[in-house]
Amino acid sequence: MTENRIKIVEKILDANDRLANENRRRLDAAAIYSINLMASPGAGKTSFILSTINALLSEDIQIGVIEGDTAPVTIDSDKINAAGMPAVQVNTGGECHMDAVMVENALDQLPLTNLDLVVVENVGNLICPAAFNLGTHSNVLIASVPEGDDKPYKYPNIYRGLDVLIINKIDLLPYIDFDMEYFQKGVEMLNPGLKTFAVSCKTDEGLDDWIDWLRSRLPNR
Amino acid sequence: MHELSVTESVLEIACRHAENAQASQVTDIHLVIGHLSSIIDESVIFYWNIISKDTLCEGAELHFIRVPAILVCLNCNNEYKLEGELTPCPNCNSAKIRVVSGDEFHLDSIEIQR
Ligand SMILES: Nc1nc2c(ncn2[C@@H]2O[C@H](COP(=O)(O)OP(=O)(O)OP(=O)(O)O)[C@@H](O)[C@H]2O)c(=O)[nH]1
Ligand SMILES: [Mg+2]
Ligand SMILES: [Zn+2]
Repeated sequence: MTENRIKIVEKILDANDRLANENRRRLDAAAIYSINLMASPGAGKTSFILSTINALLSEDIQIGVIEGDTAPVTIDSDKINAAGMPAVQVNTGGECHMDAVMVENALDQLPLTNLDLVVVENVGNLICPAAFNLGTHSNVLIASVPEGDDKPYKYPNIYRGLDVLIINKIDLLPYIDFDMEYFQKGVEMLNPGLKTFAVSCKTDEGLDDWIDWLRSRLPNR
Repeated sequence: MHELSVTESVLEIACRHAENAQASQVTDIHLVIGHLSSIIDESVIFYWNIISKDTLCEGAELHFIRVPAILVCLNCNNEYKLEGELTPCPNCNSAKIRVVSGDEFHLDSIEIQR
């Protein structure tokens, strides 16, 4: 019997990354832009998707939504369907994040040839989704005002991987002690120059700039 | 965080390499985990003992090699270690910083018997 040490050096989430690359190829082949939308529970992910759908309604832009929840509920996907867009509900079975396999399976259930945009509403959580690449074109985080201004300091990893930051519920700024300068200083340390939109899904303030940015990303537009 | 899926990935990688090396058993597994990758060792070990049963990795011991989070200030080049919350450069207070290490998250090596 011989003892041996074998050098491996393989990223622990390598299998997920490989599948994520396949998801990306599939989305690209269908000329679809895709977003991994992350936030803590209740930050306004579904509201933001609905606002985006409404803003683009008159332009015949088709948006497919993948709704991740840790429980077998259809609350969020029902809302998307009611807004006239296709949605797939994914039950993560208690897992705290979506991974590339779940997105692969969900893509099978979406009418990809008709879509311009796919939005994945990740599980409400600021820690785990940051570690799992889904293959989407951009990582977008919604930080909402009532969560407080210290979140970049407490959840640095999720901010580091972002392409876009949405500050939501700015209609509540008069009622909440939220130091915008302190918040943005934390963001700047983690992700210098991060593209940021301050919006309210209640009053629609600030949404136009986001829609302009999004429109510029869509292939064939 | 998601310790179960992490543990499953570790098992898959270790078993695959052990099979390729025609091992009869894996005795030790060395993981390199950066300080910024928040993984709880105890939960990984807890899941490990359950899911490694009846595999080449049953009974293998997990070793966690921790890599500290090191930041560098882009203003004054000062390198500093991050222990707790994110802070600007302690030397010049600049917020222009870059992460040098702490993101590591890989399986470094396994020890096997043939
Ligand atoms: N005042 C105010 N309320 C908002 C805004 N956006 C969302 N809300 C409210 O915040 C609550 C949560 O919104 P959702 O869109 O369900 O949040 P979510 O992030 O999808 O929640 P989960 O999917 O459960 O994690 C709802 O009561 C929304 O009406 C906003 O801009 N201003
Ligand atoms: Mg929701
Ligand atoms: Zn400095």
